[in-house]
Amino acid sequence: MPLVLTLAIRNLFHDRLRCIATVIGIVFSIVLVTVQLGLYLGFGRMVTTMVDHASADLWIMPRGTKCFEDPSLLDARKRYRALSVDGVAEAVPVVIGFADWRMPDGATTPVFVIGSDLRSGGLHPWNLVEGGIGSLAIPNAVAVDKSYLQRLGISGMGARAEIRRRAIQVAAITNGIRSFTTTPYVFMDVDRARAYTGIAASKATYLLVRVTAKSHIEQVRRRLLSSLSDVEVLTPKEFRGRSRSFWLFGTGAGAALFAGALLGVIVGTVIVAQTLYSSTKDHLNEFATLRAIGSSSAYIHKVIVCQALLSAIIGFGFAALIGAAIAYITAATALPIVLTPGLIIGLFLLTIVMCVASAIAAIVQVTRIDPAMVFTR
Amino acid sequence: MSEFVIEAANVGMTLGGGAAQVRALKEVSLSLRGGELTLLMGPSGSGKTTLLSVLGCMLTPTHGTVRVGGKSTDGASPEDLAKLRRDHVGFVFQSYHLFPTLTAADNVRLALDVRGEHGAAAKVKSGDALAKVGLSHKVTAYPRELSGGEQQRVAIARAIVANPSVILADEPTAALDGENGQAIMAILAGIAKDRAHGVLVVTHDPRLLPFADRIIHIEDGNIVGEEPGGTKLQ
Repeated sequence: MPLVLTLAIRNLFHDRLRCIATVIGIVFSIVLVTVQLGLYLGFGRMVTTMVDHASADLWIMPRGTKCFEDPSLLDARKRYRALSVDGVAEAVPVVIGFADWRMPDGATTPVFVIGSDLRSGGLHPWNLVEGGIGSLAIPNAVAVDKSYLQRLGISGMGARAEIRRRAIQVAAITNGIRSFTTTPYVFMDVDRARAYTGIAASKATYLLVRVTAKSHIEQVRRRLLSSLSDVEVLTPKEFRGRSRSFWLFGTGAGAALFAGALLGVIVGTVIVAQTLYSSTKDHLNEFATLRAIGSSSAYIHKVIVCQALLSAIIGFGFAALIGAAIAYITAATALPIVLTPGLIIGLFLLTIVMCVASAIAAIVQVTRIDPAMVFTR
Repeated sequence: MSEFVIEAANVGMTLGGGAAQVRALKEVSLSLRGGELTLLMGPSGSGKTTLLSVLGCMLTPTHGTVRVGGKSTDGASPEDLAKLRRDHVGFVFQSYHLFPTLTAADNVRLALDVRGEHGAAAKVKSGDALAKVGLSHKVTAYPRELSGGEQQRVAIARAIVANPSVILADEPTAALDGENGQAIMAILAGIAKDRAHGVLVVTHDPRLLPFADRIIHIEDGNIVGEEPGGTKLQ
């Protein structure tokens, strides 16, 4: 093992209490950043879950639509004009809206209705654990997620309730389709959705376009835009970006998450800087001896940076384990903390940068050291 | 005749500023030759340690010139001075200044490591240096497991391991009993028998006089006398 590393390890572990304090500081800091950024990723995924699971090459929507949950409506007859555009294979109407769900005991709770044409795809419930898409064709049939059964006051398949005083019956049950707003999603046929949300039969929220096999999506989009007025035509990627942008930055939620992450980085940097500084101060005599026997400044900086890197690696190891546990625990909640390989690599690099930056104060102190002090101590 | 390992000419050193300004060295000229053990003696505050710092390239003089291993310290940056120390000077300190968390062998190896000498060759050299000071059996011992005399011998091994042209020792026996002090001086005198090494020992312990080839007296920042070693023995 290189002597620089040996010296760094011995300096780091010489005072075990301070070493533990340093590691705890890094762990708390990185766990805080992990939670904030994991929430950011989780929130980003949740707000685009419908766009992710829709079968569409292009989304036609009213001009100015901000996110999937935006209740703006367009003229459903535009569907026929869209179908006449060269390259369009299908244009499926989708209707969304809030409604009141009346439980069998008379209590009500808001639900988010999603209606799509059951014959032509578009936006169907996924992860079905009971029933099937075909079951939703029967009168009054809806699909709900099993995580919301209690909230909706029902026991499961076949349960009956009311939306806008119209009877409904649970004909399919999904698993894991949770809403970040905590309002349960209720899937049904598009025509029924209009009735349950009070939307006129001539209106739709979106038209989900699938292009023909040989068509170029961008060209079809241009043709749709020139053929239809007062609409926007977005690719799923663009719509995801717009939804994320609205929920994360339009509402300030993203800024709050980033502010939390930044706070974590600052706290971590200060803690590591403080402990490295005091450790260096304790070993000042040894650093002066190193300088006296002819070591370059770079050699001493290496010892300090090695100490910082060791702290970073140990701290990150614990933080990653805690972060993984939190991600596992929150996986099934309405707002999961998502850890991706990219985020883990990024957090590791952040820990390294944070700890090395923390070493600057200690390095500045050592740079000013007078080697002649060894004669007076 | 051996070559000079250190030459100082008209060296002056002013420390502090304003009313607290002190002329620690006044026009000091001095040369150290390889193969000689020189004692630098003087009362407290006479400028011994300041002169040692200047000769050891830790301080640059306010005026005058210092040449170490033939190289001048004039206009040298702190990094240049560190390189001069690395290449030409070995230090032995009164309070040893060993690294408490490193073994004796690693303490010695550190002097090679800062010179960029690593690996097996460095381990062999540090083992040889410890053998020269009679500590082959204490290679893996930590400073806390060594007596004061043994710690000072490890410090000497560290000073000589890179084969510097000059060893500067600051009161190397001050913290030791008479017997250990004599043993340490015997080792330093042995090192000075080699014409490649000059040894300068700062002390005010008259018991060390028998080991000196030359004795320089300093008072109030001036060299006030010089005599050949051994004369006080007779």
